[in-house]
Amino acid sequence: MKDLRYLDDVSTLVLDKEKCIGCSLCTEVCPQAVFEMKKGKSCIVDFNACMECGACVNNCPSGALSVSPGVG
Amino acid sequence: MKEQIDKADLCCSTQTPGLAPDYRKPGFKLCSYVDDFVKTKAGLVPVIKSKPGKDDLFSSFYVRCGIKRYQYAVAPGLYGIGKPDKNSEVLVTANFKLTFDHLRKELKDINAWILVLDTKGINVWCAASEGNFSTRELVKRIKASSLEKVVDHKRVIVPQLGATGVSARAVKKGAGFRVVYGPIRASDIPAFLQNNKKADKKMRQVTFNLYERLILTPVEIQIVLKPAAIIALILFILSGIGPGIFSFSGAWERGVLSFSALAAGIFSGAFVTPLLLPFIPSREFALKGIIAGSIFAILLLLLISSAVNGIAEVLALFLFSVAISSYLAMNFTGTTPFTSPSGVEKEMKRFIPLQLGALVISSGLWVYSAF
Repeated sequence: MKDLRYLDDVSTLVLDKEKCIGCSLCTEVCPQAVFEMKKGKSCIVDFNACMECGACVNNCPSGALSVSPGVG
Repeated sequence: MKEQIDKADLCCSTQTPGLAPDYRKPGFKLCSYVDDFVKTKAGLVPVIKSKPGKDDLFSSFYVRCGIKRYQYAVAPGLYGIGKPDKNSEVLVTANFKLTFDHLRKELKDINAWILVLDTKGINVWCAASEGNFSTRELVKRIKASSLEKVVDHKRVIVPQLGATGVSARAVKKGAGFRVVYGPIRASDIPAFLQNNKKADKKMRQVTFNLYERLILTPVEIQIVLKPAAIIALILFILSGIGPGIFSFSGAWERGVLSFSALAAGIFSGAFVTPLLLPFIPSREFALKGIIAGSIFAILLLLLISSAVNGIAEVLALFLFSVAISSYLAMNFTGTTPFTSPSGVEKEMKRFIPLQLGALVISSGLWVYSAF
């Protein structure tokens, strides 16, 4: 969200670019526009907007994404 | 006579006017949102009205106020809207009646199937993160409604926010249906369908505008009413402690003062902070609550200055009101669509000790100021 921002540097989102197969499903399901496709691969363009909802992790076909809220 | 009844039972398409098919069943009552039934290869499917009735609007109002919020559900299963046929899209949704009403209202001129999942009367996004709007439930519901007999295609449109609980791959594997993620807001569905089931960037992002925040505040206030009543009782007892061990007149006079501080804190934390969220400085909700709470506490103290005696009482009321406001504002993180659990945890670790500390000091000062 552009107008309402929460705390910076807290999200546990991790993207493993090596594993990304470029299906772009994460850009579709993320409600905060965290990802964008660049050169056929997913890219985190707004890390601090991530709210760790897990939609991207759930739908990533290659296991390139992870979030682990409630651990740290 | 016999022939007439048979005719009424069998024919849907060739019925003569005035001879409506009889869907009555002993012991059952037709839901007010059902318009008709449509015959499919999987049996009769209820066709619902797109326009909510008067009673739907009334009950929406109640639910928004938090009355019977968790018993407001429709039966899960397959429904139709408009004139659905075997080529119509299948829209998946939750069985929270507010969600269901909201969806059908937006489908005025659309022919579609609506597959309602059993989300225990919870909205799509919350149910998805709680595991009720899930891959398992979707697969189960597709099979239970024999969807493959109702439509010729093999796709279902799942609201984007359902992705938190649904894995498109696993649904394909489990039920043979492809998941297409639709827009977040039901109001974008007509445009989404017209655009060859492609959502633009705006349809994919959540918003939290003034109206969206305002409509949530009655429930925020409603959920604190019960704890507030308990706190008021404790305040009453605390206020009665004095030189004569306990005095009822003291409890009443000073109790009213502390109730006003409680009310100001609730108003600030559960109403004003949510409403003015982007305009209050700081990203931490607890700190937003402190800022708003301080302003309201000062306003209150000015208003009741003639009834307050001494700096200890002033300080006690101020700290108490601000702590309540801060706590309730922090609580609102659970309602917003942009806070991360990791952030909330960080905030709680920092602010709960402060809020508790303020509460303890405030209580001490309050009792002390009676002597």
